[in-house]
Amino acid sequence: MTPLERVVREEWGRLVALLLAQFRRIDLVEDALGEAVATAQATWTDAATPDNPAGWLVTAARRRILDRLRAEAMAARKEPLLTVEAERRPKEGVMVDDGSVVDDDLLRLVLMCAHPALPPEGASALSLRLVMGLSTADIARLFLVPETTMAARITRAKKKIVAAGIPFAIPGTDAIGERLDVVAHTAYLAFTAGYAPGSGPDLLRAELAGEAIRLADVAHRLRPNDTLAFLVVLMTLQHSRRDARVGPDGALVLLADQDRGRWHHDEIERALALLAETDSGPAPSSPLARSYRLQALVAAEHASAPTPGDTRWDRIASLYAVLEQVSPSPAVRVARAVAVAEADGARAGLALLDGVVMAGHRLPAVRGELLARAGDVVEARAALSESISLCDNDIERRHLEGRRDELGP
Amino acid sequence: MRRYLLLIAYEPGAWESATAEERQGYVDGHAAFDRFVDERGRKISGAPLAGADTATTVRHRDGARVLTDGPFAESVEMVGGYYDVELPDLDVAIEAASLLPPAYAVEIRSVVELDSSGRQVG
Repeated sequence: MTPLERVVREEWGRLVALLLAQFRRIDLVEDALGEAVATAQATWTDAATPDNPAGWLVTAARRRILDRLRAEAMAARKEPLLTVEAERRPKEGVMVDDGSVVDDDLLRLVLMCAHPALPPEGASALSLRLVMGLSTADIARLFLVPETTMAARITRAKKKIVAAGIPFAIPGTDAIGERLDVVAHTAYLAFTAGYAPGSGPDLLRAELAGEAIRLADVAHRLRPNDTLAFLVVLMTLQHSRRDARVGPDGALVLLADQDRGRWHHDEIERALALLAETDSGPAPSSPLARSYRLQALVAAEHASAPTPGDTRWDRIASLYAVLEQVSPSPAVRVARAVAVAEADGARAGLALLDGVVMAGHRLPAVRGELLARAGDVVEARAALSESISLCDNDIERRHLEGRRDELGP
Repeated sequence: MRRYLLLIAYEPGAWESATAEERQGYVDGHAAFDRFVDERGRKISGAPLAGADTATTVRHRDGARVLTDGPFAESVEMVGGYYDVELPDLDVAIEAASLLPPAYAVEIRSVVELDSSGRQVG
């Protein structure tokens, strides 16, 4: 990684926050920083890299913003009061990582991007762009939309921030918890986008999903909070399996068939330590925190089992039963039925699926699998066929077809 | 300070069918809103509106003025009143709107200030 790549990857959000604190103009700040990076790309060499790359970028961006403000003031035929005022408040020589002041600005940026008045997907994309410094192309790839669609989505979110007056501010203590929940939800949306089935296996999308963990981690460091902590655990545990999820032929590998040696065990250890630490604190502060905690505990059960046969499905089934009370949904019920089937047999799992209604291919797929295990071959084939007709992902459909064909004609 | 227009929508007949106690709740909500806005900014104006079924919409078609009976957007919820206020930012405007009676849906719109030549100010 070059010094420029490093500073963009690690300091982007701080640079945006610092400039936004001074100028309050999100449109100018992002453009100016982008131009500063382009200039750096063209002029920095191994021999001539500034001692303080972040400081260099901020200074270059600040100059561009002042130029633009002057041009705007001229165009409006106004006295350039705004420009003069901005120039009178110089922050020249500010170290980018100079502690709590910049930390507060970064938290303001995180909260502004994940504001509840923004559409969740727009907030998610904007956070990756402004806090994490991801390119619009990468964010588009993560969310499986064309780049122009993503650019429009990000532009719209920025426009709303400016037009509606979404503040660059930290709310009072009574409101901050709720706002951090939105930050968590925003990060998780980006994470799950990276693991949503696409047209084919795309390892880069899994890597990009890792940026969502960094986003939640940044927010958690700025303002430690149990919702964010449990979410970081949950995402880290899921993400630790990324290399084992894809087989040599590019096919999706199910959890039970994964080579557990290819899991990132260092990440698992860190996540389990954070889980233990957070779980020893006070009871979860919100329903969202409770929900992430239970899902993190399920992921921890999987991560702690040396082989699939060691999985404590009885514990996982109990965790899902509690999760169903905290946040009931057909998806949770189906996950619980799978766990119960593993712990108590296919019939017990099937009983939990009675009367469940859920769109998509997953419900008939699970029902078909459990019917097959229970020996109801005819019904199993019918359910799997239904599932295949509803499945729009090539890799999953091939898996389902293979399963159906194993059951005979 | 920013200027916001809060458009209040509620289902027609909600007030008419409200009990005395519910009506007191409406009055209290508006009073709490007024106090909050005075504290954090200022109220420029605000008023209930006559029913949307009494609205008249003016348009121009092919150079001719066309009048139609009724509002320009038909929906279940109708704009039944508004507040024009000055508040620091959207968060404060949301906080203010949350104090209004829970039966309302409140649309918060930022007001664009124009100078005499029609240019956007600020």
